[in-house]
Amino acid sequence: MSEPRMPIESGVPEMDPYLHPVLKKNYGNWKWHDRPRPGVLHHVAHSGDEIWTVRAGTQRQMDVYTIRKLMDIADEYAEGYVRFTIRSNIEFMVSEESKVQPLIDKLTEEGFPIGGTGNSVSMISHTQGWLHCDIPGTDASGAVKALMDDLYEEFVKEEMPNRVRITTSCCQINCGGQGDIAINIQHTKPPKIDHSQVANVCERPSVVARCPVAAIRPAMVNGKPSLEVDEKKCICCGACFPPCPPMQINDPEHSKFAIWVGGKNSNARSKPTFHKLVAAGVPNNPPRWPEVSEIVMKILKAYKEDAKDWERVGEWAERIGWPRFFEKTGLPFTKYHIDNWRGGRANLNASAHIRF
Amino acid sequence: MAKPMHDTPMLDQLESGPWPSFVTGLKRLAKDNDMMVDLLGQLETSYETRKGYWKGGTVGVIGYGGGIIPRFTELKDEDGNPLFPEAAEFHTLRVMPPPGMHYDTNTIRKMCDIWEKYGSGLIAFHGQSGDIMFQGCSTDNVQPAFDEINEMGFDLGGAGPAVRTGMSCVGAARCEHSCFDEGRTMRMLVNNALDDMHRPALPYKFKYKVSGCPNDCMNSVQRADLATIGTWRDDMKVDQEEVKAFVAKHGRKYVIDNVITRCPTQALALNDDDTLEVNNKDCVRCMHCINVMTKALAPGDDKGVTLLCGGKRTLKIGDLMGTVIVPFHKLETDEDFEWLEELATEILDFFAENALEHERTGEMIERIGLVNFLEGVGLEVDPNMISHPRMNPYVRTDGWDEEVAKWEARKAEA
Repeated sequence: MSEPRMPIESGVPEMDPYLHPVLKKNYGNWKWHDRPRPGVLHHVAHSGDEIWTVRAGTQRQMDVYTIRKLMDIADEYAEGYVRFTIRSNIEFMVSEESKVQPLIDKLTEEGFPIGGTGNSVSMISHTQGWLHCDIPGTDASGAVKALMDDLYEEFVKEEMPNRVRITTSCCQINCGGQGDIAINIQHTKPPKIDHSQVANVCERPSVVARCPVAAIRPAMVNGKPSLEVDEKKCICCGACFPPCPPMQINDPEHSKFAIWVGGKNSNARSKPTFHKLVAAGVPNNPPRWPEVSEIVMKILKAYKEDAKDWERVGEWAERIGWPRFFEKTGLPFTKYHIDNWRGGRANLNASAHIRF
Repeated sequence: MAKPMHDTPMLDQLESGPWPSFVTGLKRLAKDNDMMVDLLGQLETSYETRKGYWKGGTVGVIGYGGGIIPRFTELKDEDGNPLFPEAAEFHTLRVMPPPGMHYDTNTIRKMCDIWEKYGSGLIAFHGQSGDIMFQGCSTDNVQPAFDEINEMGFDLGGAGPAVRTGMSCVGAARCEHSCFDEGRTMRMLVNNALDDMHRPALPYKFKYKVSGCPNDCMNSVQRADLATIGTWRDDMKVDQEEVKAFVAKHGRKYVIDNVITRCPTQALALNDDDTLEVNNKDCVRCMHCINVMTKALAPGDDKGVTLLCGGKRTLKIGDLMGTVIVPFHKLETDEDFEWLEELATEILDFFAENALEHERTGEMIERIGLVNFLEGVGLEVDPNMISHPRMNPYVRTDGWDEEVAKWEARKAEA
């Protein structure tokens, strides 16, 4: 028998072979940039070289036919190099301004929206869902497609007060990350345990250790070692499900969506912030999740009308105050909005600062 | 190769609308690929029942313990046979892109050819941890698919309790805000830890993210165990003629409302002659004014990095931001890069030895305290690490004089 092929442990490849020649030549020597129109960036180097970048939205999960079509466009209308943004937008770089419009026309003709720059709603950064994940409460790709259909105009224009970055996640692990608006599964019932399987599948002490509220304890059920959950303590986070699949947390009826606002990764103006809960109990309703879209559109409408230039969603809410946020968006305020997790008292109003 | 399509009335509803449809893409693949026919069948079932049907398992390539995400179907009939047999195995290969996710078209075409030959033809650019995700592969085809991708010069990324695929912004390649070589830095950090990436044996995942300026386009403060963010310590650069041009174009009110008063530390003033006054001592390098006036303002010349440690999302103890552990260090010379490589190794080793199972660096620091962590990795305390000093008296301070002496000694050295 022949020797097995051992991997070439080459790690992250070098960037150079994949860089557009103008980017390579001016590496570390860019001077300024502007945006001639939504979806187009124009960078000028100290050398005087210029590069135009055309940004287009994609579906992230792409079939090879779509990818080859994009590569054909890159070869024919651009200069053979592309890059992707953290939000799965594709960028084509061209060194002559005259190439920008034909490139935009071709991408538009092939159904790729041009935008996602500046004060737009860019593509939603999202997780995997039913297509591929082993613990999903929903299908992020589908929810994102439906929502981006509704947000199309806001992607191709730059009419928001500041950039809007939306994320979705199919469970509370929140792989989609922080966002101006985050749309995440929120389970509302404790796990349903298949006691016949726990002993076979789960390393019980590590499952016990995963629980943030110490609600899981070892137990004998029907003569077999298993785990039981103190349902009064359980916060339905689903942390026990990945290490112990017989503790099913996903529920077609009771796994809901929650909507969060005000996450911001940038240090611009205010320090980075985490997103805050504004709505929960939203039905997980495929294939187009209309109830999710309705709330997101409500928040965006209020933000667009009321925020000042350069205010992100969270900064706007901080300025007008949370009571007014709920008033302007028409979203109900409940006891679930009040933080009771450790350190949560720091999030309460310990002052006489009240807006009337 | 001509398996008839399953009815997919729910997924079909995701083909309409202006945004590009992944369902249309899946259906196009299914014309020539039976795995996709059955994948659509399983996905439609999930849409109907609102349940997921994948379970993990153990699939890998020779020589590595991670990098493949195994998926086996759980949708089976009474006899245990898969309802959608062609997609009963639907594994993903996580492959690391070049820093900044740059490609020439030829490279991506080759990847498409390989994936058409061995996999489903579905590729995600990119997953949430920054990998190219080659989605949908049978167990038998994982090794040959990897071999061909590997021969192209690409390697598997991280999965499980391991160093994960890193991310760095477009940075020096095309951004004037870049304060260091982000690509080199990310590549060095990850490639220095490949053993901990490809042979998962850490307490939990460990992520490096690298952003060229405080705009932090890679979300590193919130998501990285070790965040490297560009900054500068001299004065920011002001082109007063361009400032005047900006004021002339946008008006004084716009500049006052959107630049001057938006400065978080009131470090800016608009002079009577429409030039800009900057109090650089108060400036916190937030980037806002530079973002607004891209032609007039720029980071200074004495550039370097700020390092933060411990960012992560909710599970287990709640969201944690990274904490400053190095306020400033130059990152230009080979010696600077060696310093960072050594510090990163120190942090990774400390994490490997001291974190509890399934504990991220942020949770470990929360449990042991920042001071113990700093002592463990050999860093000195610095007032840039805090929002404000402690507010409670629950601390034993009988080592005060020694600590003051250390502080004075460090001050004398600087």
